[in-house]
Amino acid sequence: MSGHSSYQPKNKALQWLEKRLPIGGLIYDSFISYPTPRNLNYWWTFGGILSFMLGVQIITGVVLAMHYTPNTALAFDSVEYIMRDVNYGWLLRYVHANGASMFFLAAYIHMFRGMYYGSYKEPREVLWILGVIIYLLMMATGFMGYVLVWGQMSFWAATVITNLFSAIPGVGHAIVTWLWGGYAVGDPTLNRFFSLHYLLPFLIAGVVVLHVWALHVTGQNNPTGVEPKSDKDTVPFTPYATIKDTFMIMAFCIFFAWLVFYIPNYLGHADNYIPANPAQTPAEIVPEWYYLPFYAILRSIPNKLLGVTALFSSIAILAFMPWLDTSKVRSARYRPLYRQFFWLFVIAAIGLGWLGSKPPLGIYVILARIFTFYYFAFFLIILPLLGIFEKTKPLPNSISESVLGAKA
Amino acid sequence: MTMKSTIFALALAGAAAALATPAAAQVEQVPPPRLHWSFSGPFGTYDPAQLQRGFKVYREVCSNCHSLNLLSFRNLADPGGPGFTEAQVAKIASEYKIRDLDDQGNSIVRTGRPADHFPPPFPNDLAAKAAFGVMPPDMSTLAKARTYQRGFPWFLFDIITQYQEEGPDYIAAILTGFRDPPPKGFKLPPNGHYNVYFPGHNIAMPPPLQDGQVKYDDGTPETVRQYSKDVAAFLMWAAEPHMVQRKRIGFQVLVFLIVFTGLLYFTKKKVWHDVHEPHEPAAEQEAAKTTT
Repeated sequence: MSGHSSYQPKNKALQWLEKRLPIGGLIYDSFISYPTPRNLNYWWTFGGILSFMLGVQIITGVVLAMHYTPNTALAFDSVEYIMRDVNYGWLLRYVHANGASMFFLAAYIHMFRGMYYGSYKEPREVLWILGVIIYLLMMATGFMGYVLVWGQMSFWAATVITNLFSAIPGVGHAIVTWLWGGYAVGDPTLNRFFSLHYLLPFLIAGVVVLHVWALHVTGQNNPTGVEPKSDKDTVPFTPYATIKDTFMIMAFCIFFAWLVFYIPNYLGHADNYIPANPAQTPAEIVPEWYYLPFYAILRSIPNKLLGVTALFSSIAILAFMPWLDTSKVRSARYRPLYRQFFWLFVIAAIGLGWLGSKPPLGIYVILARIFTFYYFAFFLIILPLLGIFEKTKPLPNSISESVLGAKA
Repeated sequence: MTMKSTIFALALAGAAAALATPAAAQVEQVPPPRLHWSFSGPFGTYDPAQLQRGFKVYREVCSNCHSLNLLSFRNLADPGGPGFTEAQVAKIASEYKIRDLDDQGNSIVRTGRPADHFPPPFPNDLAAKAAFGVMPPDMSTLAKARTYQRGFPWFLFDIITQYQEEGPDYIAAILTGFRDPPPKGFKLPPNGHYNVYFPGHNIAMPPPLQDGQVKYDDGTPETVRQYSKDVAAFLMWAAEPHMVQRKRIGFQVLVFLIVFTGLLYFTKKKVWHDVHEPHEPAAEQEAAKTTT
């Protein structure tokens, strides 16, 4: 996307268009001639998988919206109507519901990959922050989509999550009333959630464009964390990355299809097949799996305001990662200590997810506090100090040297 | 390396998926026994005879208190379901009375048609609640709205084994789980009924089924156990009427995806061959040229 395009269309019509709107060159430079490091492993295919999932969610979502009714008296039944009477409505809805989970799964792998290989570091800070913004938008979108079903868990999740804002001193309750559009979660809440649930994916798509733009300015990071130095270090995006990404997208779809067609309700909660009932609190209120780590962080802190602060900080802190990490070396391959702390962080994050699904009692609370402490310590203590004390391994001179050894 | 990463990715996916299982219930729940269902597994289909028997149990027993609001009579003839003929459905529908308005706006009661929804046993929820103290739940989605804790590590294996019949297992267990008198030491509140499998054991519903209560004309044993199983199967169909189609299409989709992914894998290997083994620099340049 930078510099002059090498795109030279032979077709007269394309030449004519190119002089007026160089869109062909843009596509050519971004997805055909764009140089990608030759040593990217399969963890680098999740960006492509995520783009694919965003497309799946938007297409299924637009069709679902044609049949859905955002009214508290009709919403649950309209979802069931989609499941029963709309042609292949069950397929659309199961793809959309499980697609959200697949989207988050791919996003988590994508984020952990970025953390492991130091993809957030200079000069990719803006790229990373745009990713954090996408993630925040995804969380908001996923949450509001879950509410639209208007089952018991939808209603009570909406109540619990919007109530978090009541922790804000002074204006908290006014904000919650404003969010609800009333004095409880009700029709105005459902309507605005539907409107926003339809809007946000397009904002995500917009930020994804910025994300890809930023990526194409700095170029991709790679498993060595050493920038490409010559043409030997890269291969053109097409056919190399396109075929590799397509292969992985389809492999990902096998798992996706397994969920959709064979165990479509596995990731859901049985209570959400009970219509929302404001008069009856479910035995337990749990969010969707992809929010569980943050739910555990929230509940591990006894003070509501501090808990909510910790919840939001745990996401916001990601944006500061490029500056919290003081190490000059990007890839964990050459950072023996960071690698261990990274895997501990993965364990802490998954552990928090498990604890988020457990009642906040006894040993679960203690474990959640330990993991929460580690979560924040990783960013605020370990990352800054490691850059000073860690003895890193020698970096290869170039990508091709690391791949080909002496041959290069 | 790549194979290992793929396996690891799937393992991570599994671990992440595992986290979806809901929290442990605060009240004690005895896991229901796992029954054998014709509709379990990747090739499972509903047994039409069982669904027809289950419908009979629903109609003669459950429907006195429980509505089935989301279903229409016509659904009984839908493919993959109980397999009633359209004539049979028309006859069943005609045996129901439906509240409606005539062209002048007068309230009338007419005989049912296949397009009608199953009429609820009470005119409204309040009337149902007033009659029982609690509202008997609608049964349209009941088999998906009931479950029990699988616990670690079973919920992980469920991804592979495709066990998702928690709902019918639970319903069948509830129907056979009544004990009168309750075990010694259990304080049963007035109007409560002791049930082994109900969370907290105190269920408002009285034991609804007795041996021989519903006549089966296909020689199937007329026992509470059999009724429970049949009606649980019927309710699973009511909650998931397109399951047979779903699993059939799913198999086709998976076969396609696996073959296609395999072809892509070998194409990818071929495309990358020169990059991974650049013994002939000329060939690499050739490959680069064709792509630009």
